[in-house]
Amino acid sequence: MKKIEAVIRHFKLEEVKDALMEAGVQGMTVTEVRGFGRQKGQKEQYRGAEYTVDFLPKAKMEVVVADDQVKSVVETIVRSARTGQIGDGKIFVTDLDEIVRIRTGESGPEAI
Amino acid sequence: MLLKCWPVFAVSVTVCLWPMFAMAQESDLTSVPEIAVPLNGADIAWMLTSSALVLMMTAPGLAMFYGGLVRKKNILGVMMQCVFLMGIMSLVWSLWGYSLVFSGDLGGLGLIGDLGFAGLHGVIPTWENGQQVVPQFLTIPRSVHMIFNMMFFIITPALICGAFAERMKFGSMVLFSVLWGTFVYCPVAHWVWSDYGWCSEFNKSAAFQAFDFAGGTVVHVTSGFSALVCAVLLGKRLGFGHEPMPPHNLTYTCIGAALLWVGWFGFNAGSAGAASAVAANAFVATHLAAAAGTVAWAVIEWIIRGKPSILGACSGAVAGLVCITPASGSCTPIAGIILGLSAGIVCYYFCTKFKNRYGYDDTLDAFGIHGVGGVLGALLTGVFASKSITGDASKCGLLEGNPEQVMEQAVAIAASITLAVFGTFIILKLVDSVLGLRVNQAGELQGLDIDQHGEEGYIFY
Repeated sequence: MKKIEAVIRHFKLEEVKDALMEAGVQGMTVTEVRGFGRQKGQKEQYRGAEYTVDFLPKAKMEVVVADDQVKSVVETIVRSARTGQIGDGKIFVTDLDEIVRIRTGESGPEAI
Repeated sequence: MLLKCWPVFAVSVTVCLWPMFAMAQESDLTSVPEIAVPLNGADIAWMLTSSALVLMMTAPGLAMFYGGLVRKKNILGVMMQCVFLMGIMSLVWSLWGYSLVFSGDLGGLGLIGDLGFAGLHGVIPTWENGQQVVPQFLTIPRSVHMIFNMMFFIITPALICGAFAERMKFGSMVLFSVLWGTFVYCPVAHWVWSDYGWCSEFNKSAAFQAFDFAGGTVVHVTSGFSALVCAVLLGKRLGFGHEPMPPHNLTYTCIGAALLWVGWFGFNAGSAGAASAVAANAFVATHLAAAAGTVAWAVIEWIIRGKPSILGACSGAVAGLVCITPASGSCTPIAGIILGLSAGIVCYYFCTKFKNRYGYDDTLDAFGIHGVGGVLGALLTGVFASKSITGDASKCGLLEGNPEQVMEQAVAIAASITLAVFGTFIILKLVDSVLGLRVNQAGELQGLDIDQHGEEGYIFY
């Protein structure tokens, strides 16, 4: 079982969600984050003060998949979240020790 | 620290409350002999409405305007300052503030009033010789005159809070405001608005007669220059200059600015003291000055930076409103447009280039907008004052052949600045010796909301 975390552009959220659901992913968790990679900060001005705000708003999406689904899910996310510009984001895949469904108590791959 | 200083508190409180015990003392100059004019319902209705509008300017107006400009961790700090000042300054005004401004003249020099109205004595209705006696101020009950002016006494120290936002101890702010209100605001208001003030247009025998319709000098010049002194004495916020400190919620700032604009109709048009042609002129001139200021500041940003900002538009509106404040009862609405445009341009410069050049941390631009805008407006009043608005051939400005008026304005401005600067300096030093001024480093980093008030403004999971 693997956890896939994707930091993507905000406006891509709906598109990525739709593509994932079409690919058979049943659920996901989304949080608002701020961050940067190679994308430079944006310049903001408030009266006399000019700031370069480095931390840019992004959305982080987390999904849990079976090992054999990782490749296709990652490809789906890349395809739907890409714009081609710096700032498209990154995907992190990590190993999951355990998953439990709270309602039923099921664990392991059945709980995905 | 507070407990250690209780003897000082006990003494100051006793000194400040002494007027209540000395109330029995009557002065010959308690009030100008009042002509028996009947109470006027329209005037009373308008003045009560105006009083409410001006209170609204402090909260939610200023509370939101300033609140949105600070960082999230300090929002409640700002709001508490505004709301608590509504409480404490109201009490001070009723106990001795109103009297020091509007009751007679202590010493006969037009510098400060006496305590004839202390504790609202002679202000509120009484029962004498089998009938009700309602003290009047022209066509309205004196209590209405008192409450209207109270709202100005409240908002003026609240404006100063913009200079030391995010780093001043709450208790110190309270003590500072009470002393400042008593020893800076009250004298200046007496000079300019009382029948005995040495530069009052209501004092026929004054050597100088400055036109300050709604408080360009009394409210804006004093608070603006005091703010500058505070900003310099308290020092810059931790991280100022290298850490980004953008406004955490410009939506609040925008709502606050709108409330200030609407409330200002009470501030200026209510200063007519009646529902009259002068009030109508003040209303229209006020609105056009705000409109012109909004456009001016936004357009400057559009040209210089490429994008007009909401903060710029709101700041321009407030600058225009500050500028028209002393002029609204003597200048035409078209002059109001000129004043608004000027304020938009000049205040923009002082809030950007000038401030960055000298590097002081006037956090919310209390000096840049109120101090500068107030001086500009007070001077331009001397230029544009028109007998077509004042209804008095002797009350006009430079453009109508009375250049001396500009000089008289300048004298009042200079005196106000002098008292504001020296008074603020002394009071700050005094408060510092008793309570300290700034929160400690850890508190400033954590935020005033937790450090000073034990609360969080936003709890979003």
